[in-house]
Amino acid sequence: MHPVIALVAQRFVLGLLLLFAASALIFAGTMILPGDVAQSILGQSATPEALENMRRELGLNEPALQRYFSWLFNALQGDLGTALTNGRDIAESISKRLGNTLFLAFWAALISVPLAIFLGLLAVRYKDRWPDKLISAVTLASISIPEFLIGYVLMFFISVRLGWFPSVAMVNDSMSILERLNAIALPVTVLTLVVLAHMMRMTRAAILNVMQSAYIETAELKGLSSFKVIYRHAFPNAIAPIVNVVMLNLAYLVVGVVVIEVVFVYPGMGQYLVDHVSKRDVPVVQACGLIFAAVYIGLNMLADIISILANPRLRHPK
Amino acid sequence: MKNIPISAQIGLFFTGIYFFMAIFAPLIAPYGVGEIVGDVWEPASSSYLLGTDNIGRDLLSRMIYGGRTTIFIATAGTLLSFVIGSILGFFAAVVGGWADQLLSRFVDLIMSIPTLIFALVVLSVMPVTIPILIVVMGLLDSTRVYRLARAVAVDISVMEYVEAARLRGEKTGWIIFREILPNALSPLIAEMGLRFIFMVLFVSTLSFLGLGVQPPEADWGGIVKENKEGIVYGIPAALIPAFAIATLAISVNLVADWVLNRTTSLKGGRG
Amino acid sequence: MQDQLDHLSRSVTAGKMTRREFMGKAAALGVSAVVAGNLYSTAADAAGPVRGGLLKVGRGGGGSTDTLDPATVASELPITNVTTFGERLVETSAEGTIDPRIAESVESSADAKTWTFKIRKGVEFHNGKTVTAEDVLRTMERHSNEDSKSGALGLLRGIESMKADGDNFIVNLATGNADLPYLLSDYHLVIQPDGGFDSPAAGIGAGAYEVVADEPGVRHQFKKFANYWDDNRGFADEVETIVLNDATARTAALQSGQVHMIDRVEPKIAKLLDRAPNLHVKNVAGPGHYVFVMHVDTAPFNENELRLALKYAINRQEMVDKILRGYGGLGNDMPINAAYPLFDDSIPQRTYDVAKAAEHYKKSGHDGSPIILRVADGAFPGAVDAAALFQQSAQAAGIPLEIKREPNDGYWSEVWNAQPFCASYWSGRPVQDQMYSTAYLSSADWNDTRWKRESFDAQILAARAEVDPAKRKEIYSQLGRTLRDEGGVICPMFNDFVDAISDKVGGYAVDPNSPLMNNAAQIKCWLKA
Repeated sequence: MHPVIALVAQRFVLGLLLLFAASALIFAGTMILPGDVAQSILGQSATPEALENMRRELGLNEPALQRYFSWLFNALQGDLGTALTNGRDIAESISKRLGNTLFLAFWAALISVPLAIFLGLLAVRYKDRWPDKLISAVTLASISIPEFLIGYVLMFFISVRLGWFPSVAMVNDSMSILERLNAIALPVTVLTLVVLAHMMRMTRAAILNVMQSAYIETAELKGLSSFKVIYRHAFPNAIAPIVNVVMLNLAYLVVGVVVIEVVFVYPGMGQYLVDHVSKRDVPVVQACGLIFAAVYIGLNMLADIISILANPRLRHPK
Repeated sequence: MKNIPISAQIGLFFTGIYFFMAIFAPLIAPYGVGEIVGDVWEPASSSYLLGTDNIGRDLLSRMIYGGRTTIFIATAGTLLSFVIGSILGFFAAVVGGWADQLLSRFVDLIMSIPTLIFALVVLSVMPVTIPILIVVMGLLDSTRVYRLARAVAVDISVMEYVEAARLRGEKTGWIIFREILPNALSPLIAEMGLRFIFMVLFVSTLSFLGLGVQPPEADWGGIVKENKEGIVYGIPAALIPAFAIATLAISVNLVADWVLNRTTSLKGGRG
Repeated sequence: MQDQLDHLSRSVTAGKMTRREFMGKAAALGVSAVVAGNLYSTAADAAGPVRGGLLKVGRGGGGSTDTLDPATVASELPITNVTTFGERLVETSAEGTIDPRIAESVESSADAKTWTFKIRKGVEFHNGKTVTAEDVLRTMERHSNEDSKSGALGLLRGIESMKADGDNFIVNLATGNADLPYLLSDYHLVIQPDGGFDSPAAGIGAGAYEVVADEPGVRHQFKKFANYWDDNRGFADEVETIVLNDATARTAALQSGQVHMIDRVEPKIAKLLDRAPNLHVKNVAGPGHYVFVMHVDTAPFNENELRLALKYAINRQEMVDKILRGYGGLGNDMPINAAYPLFDDSIPQRTYDVAKAAEHYKKSGHDGSPIILRVADGAFPGAVDAAALFQQSAQAAGIPLEIKREPNDGYWSEVWNAQPFCASYWSGRPVQDQMYSTAYLSSADWNDTRWKRESFDAQILAARAEVDPAKRKEIYSQLGRTLRDEGGVICPMFNDFVDAISDKVGGYAVDPNSPLMNNAAQIKCWLKA
């Protein structure tokens, strides 16, 4: 077998093992969390009898290990169970939410990743001149302002004052793709601003790092235009750290956008997870955790494989 | 001083001021951190230079004390995460094999758990004190640093000069600190500037969850949150701390950029 | 006086008088704010209700864990949904009286032990079945039987037996309770076909609107039920409740016209928001109160001198000014205010007194170690800020208060009713008996101050069965005074409900029971043409 294929296969099996370990860790975590689903559902005004009835009905009095394995067994067959809190089918609820989250993440990534890399290349090309400084300052400012603040400011100027895009980014099945894009315009903008700086700065730093190498000098001496040198020669050799940072940010777009979802009332996974964590709805938290872990491990694997493929020395180990 | 570019001078200047105010906070601040001095959201005046906050505390004093908490926790957390993350990352890259696999998969595992669940679990079983906050944040963040450090170091460790060092029979530690570290500094320093900002924001996220610094103590992100209702009505109490975070972030990164340039020139390139 | 009021109302209808002028003049005539506010609204809406359109309500307190099962709803958005599709036996009106709904009339025996509810004829469920006394009985059974997980279980505990007798639903109580109809007006007790035993969360009721789409944590859509019995409700063709948990997102959605009404306007920005065009901020004093609760059986709070020291060390006026920005009233270390019937307004108001606080603190012999107060913003809006104010005012009296911020997540199960000193919120109840029985009876489930006194219990029970209002008021006054001077509750403030509604909405009237017209604005209001 070609060593690269063997490596990919090995990473894949490892990924599955990792996912299993993650599910156990998440389950253990939800067990340690203080609080109790029955109390959380019924709230402050519940009586002890009602709580006990609820616990019995939810099967909370069974041992944890037994609950975990029966859940895992069902999950492998595609049955994620029903939510303890409102008795809905988890797989069905999650697929809708996950679809929304991926939709938002996809558009944010589609805009931010190429833009970040382009700005990074531009910054290297005009290193220490005004475009570099401007890009640096703007992206740094956007990253260091808390995201909800950017959200509020955009919301008030663009949707309340100007009325261009809605402040409530609610999407549902009956909307056309254009209506959906209109609805998510503001959250996509905020997310782009939030992830842009990290990726752009890493691109810039990683390329600057290889710009000192002898082969770049050779390329320059060949008379290639400076942008071509950066793009053709420096960029491919700087790809490992860039891919890593891009991957981290993609994972963030899928997993970590709770604040943006709350501010723009977007029906995604983050809000769904937080609601169920606060109600201690263990099966749902587990299902969400598992999906997040899978997304993360998948992206991670991809980043590793791309790094390996991009480095000729790693591709052909001596 | 003459050799320092103007942007780095600005960066050093602001970073210096912020650190200075953080260290000497009790001497500079006109009022106590929790002291109620006036009405809610008073505009700036001669007695309250930046106005008052959402329950009538002097905003300037809170900014000074808050900067102290924010800068201290963020600096300590960042340093911790870099020391742990980069050393382990380099180690994994140089040694390779099973040690690498074990460390990398362990880090993957930790990173694959949503941070919210992680932070809630860890901090609900441990008392929330500032040292623990720093350690938890540093460790969580070191996984991110580890990935980057390893990715950079793997590329370097197959270079001829590292091979040569290995053939010379140098110890792993020597290779890590003398061969890998100097060549991996630029991306790491670029990352460090950003990690510092993330750390500042993370402190405020934690205080939002009720796990951060205890009132009446303050941190900049927390001051933004306390006053956030006023943002859209132009109440400065929410915008000033956000502005402070942004300027701190930019100046720290201006310094990082300058260091980045110096390290690339140290490598004997054309600078 | 009625003539003068009529005259004022006519001026409003003719557009000659603003709300502010009207309220001022009505107050001069001795009319209470709630009544006057509603008179103004009626006069201003004299053009009459308009039918049709899609009315959108933006609300906080929703989540993706929400259900349509009336037995387990606990926060405001699910309560709104249940109120939209369901109908109750009786309701508590804005004036504090009982409104008959599915029950056409309510009668009790002289000792208030036997209650007869006559079921209205011609009321239909959304599934086409007619509402019968049997459905009412089954509903009450579902909420009160052994397996019940209903939030109303505690309310129904005094019921000895229930039966359906033709058109009548009859309840027998073990001890007399003059307030039974108020208990049965609880929002959980929505009448469902066969009591909702087979499918509690199906959203089938006898209310003005049928459920169309149910997306928990996002939105809930309803359409007018064609066979609804009451012409005075359900004006819009469609109603949509939208989950807007973030305060700023709520106000932005209202200002940009994406919803017509919102609740829980932040007191800090209410005045700023009111200046915005095309909308109005409406507030009403309610029975809900923000409190700090001490366990009276746990040291150091078992020492009444220390409790008094802390009560004198809190600056109530400053809290109302800064935390509520004036949208609320002063608390008096008891859970009752003027929003309740039979309130005794002659009980002296406790004020901030550094000297007295220091004196009581000295008498308590406390060792000077920090007194830990646990808070979270989830306890009540601004709880952490309120605690910071408390700490400063206590410090002035030499009382070492230390604030410990707890996570919002898990606060109600881990901290409240578990830790000896923490912040809490009580939403209030329609009558005094219910408030005292819920939290200050020895056997009460949510006795969050660990207040256990036989004499106090006996007085609560005596007041419950007392039919003479004057005597009842006297007992409640004594209960209030006892708690004020010896109890474990520090009550600095009662919060107003602050709603904001768009100009397009007609028929809005304030209701002190709950925000947005006791969660029923969507079925009582209409969109102006």
